[in-house]
Amino acid sequence: MKIAIPVDEKSLKSNVCASFGRAPYFLFYNTVTKESYYLDNTAVASQGGAGIRAVQVIADHGVKVLLTPRCGENAEKVLSNAEVLIYKSTPGTAQENIDAFIDEQLNLLSDFHAGFHGHGGN
Amino acid sequence: MRIAVLSGKGGTGKTLVSVNLAVAAKTSTYIDCDVEEPNGHLFLKPEGVQEEEIFVKIPKVNNELCNGCRKCLDFCKFNALAYIKNKLIVFDDVCHSCGGCSLVCPEKALTEKEKVIGKVQKGTADHVTIYTGILNTGEATGIPIIKKLLAANNPQVDRLTLIDCPPGSACIVMESIKDADYCILVAEPTLFGVHNLDMVYELVKLFNRPFGVVLNKCLEKENPAEKFCLEKNIKILGRIPFDNELGTLNSNAEIAVNKNEKYRELFSSLLDMVTKEVQHETITNP
Ligand code: SF4
Ligand code: SF4
Repeated sequence: MKIAIPVDEKSLKSNVCASFGRAPYFLFYNTVTKESYYLDNTAVASQGGAGIRAVQVIADHGVKVLLTPRCGENAEKVLSNAEVLIYKSTPGTAQENIDAFIDEQLNLLSDFHAGFHGHGGN
Repeated sequence: MRIAVLSGKGGTGKTLVSVNLAVAAKTSTYIDCDVEEPNGHLFLKPEGVQEEEIFVKIPKVNNELCNGCRKCLDFCKFNALAYIKNKLIVFDDVCHSCGGCSLVCPEKALTEKEKVIGKVQKGTADHVTIYTGILNTGEATGIPIIKKLLAANNPQVDRLTLIDCPPGSACIVMESIKDADYCILVAEPTLFGVHNLDMVYELVKLFNRPFGVVLNKCLEKENPAEKFCLEKNIKILGRIPFDNELGTLNSNAEIAVNKNEKYRELFSSLLDMVTKEVQHETITNP
């Protein structure tokens, strides 16, 4: 099964990024083969809808589980359409969160914030 | 004569200035472009209000025709579209109604449908005509409402028109000042106020609009916003004192110029000053 995690750096030792749609990179991890790879987040500088774009990429890579500290409402809608489960990550590295997920220590994310649409005014 | 009133953030006295100038004039039009939080009407209390809904066009997909080529996704700068499990999803609240996706779709799978995003109200109070733009919460952009508000007033360009702009310096503010003859920047006497003033100052310079500053909430002590104006050689149009009476009138949604002669004088002279500035501009830069 494939997991995706927003990360600050291209390393399993990287911290999980505080933002999902605006994370610089995504880590993809295969729990069976233990292989991992990284992708640049092309939506990082987009005018709104970054979460939607990010989910599109994740869904296209056949991901089944996303580990993230937070997630917007629109991204959540795409994730549920794509049948991707969202687990709330805990402070720490990507590797620690992968281990915690495999040990069933993580919970499903249940609160989703409203979008900013890149039009906050300031 | 169109005068836009701006500030870097809400609560600096933008509405206070616009509303009182509108009332101080013999006849005028007041346009509330702060569509996310229009509050000029609370002060002016317009009567005979007529309403018009504002629509935008958003794409609607026919999944039978869509073959999943994703040309529309690639086109959409706002990421308002997703293609998941062989189905196209449109995010209405992210869509900016540019119409591009329907044009690029080779299968003609996208058509446009209308969606209400808000409304425009028109009413009058004494000698002031009041237009109010209202954007429904959660909508992507109020620009179509601003366009409608300003177009509605177009036949009356000669009339004194006060445009109460949205706070900040985003594209919605640019839309509001595009056709203004003059801009009034309202500033608070704090360091944070200077930061906000700087934002709108950069904007009016970019748009090459003539402008001046009104210093609000002035106290006896040093005023960083005033210092900023002196340094940058910016015209100071007037000073509004920080006093309890004005604060109370404002929080009771009363119009200061109607309640106290000293405020009428203050705003009348501010209006004279602005009128002179605009005339001066049209003579030197016709
Ligand atoms: S109309 Fe424009 S903004 Fe809306 S979905 Fe289509 S391309 Fe995107
Ligand atoms: S461009 Fe048209 S056919 Fe291609 S994915 Fe979009 S809606 Fe479907």
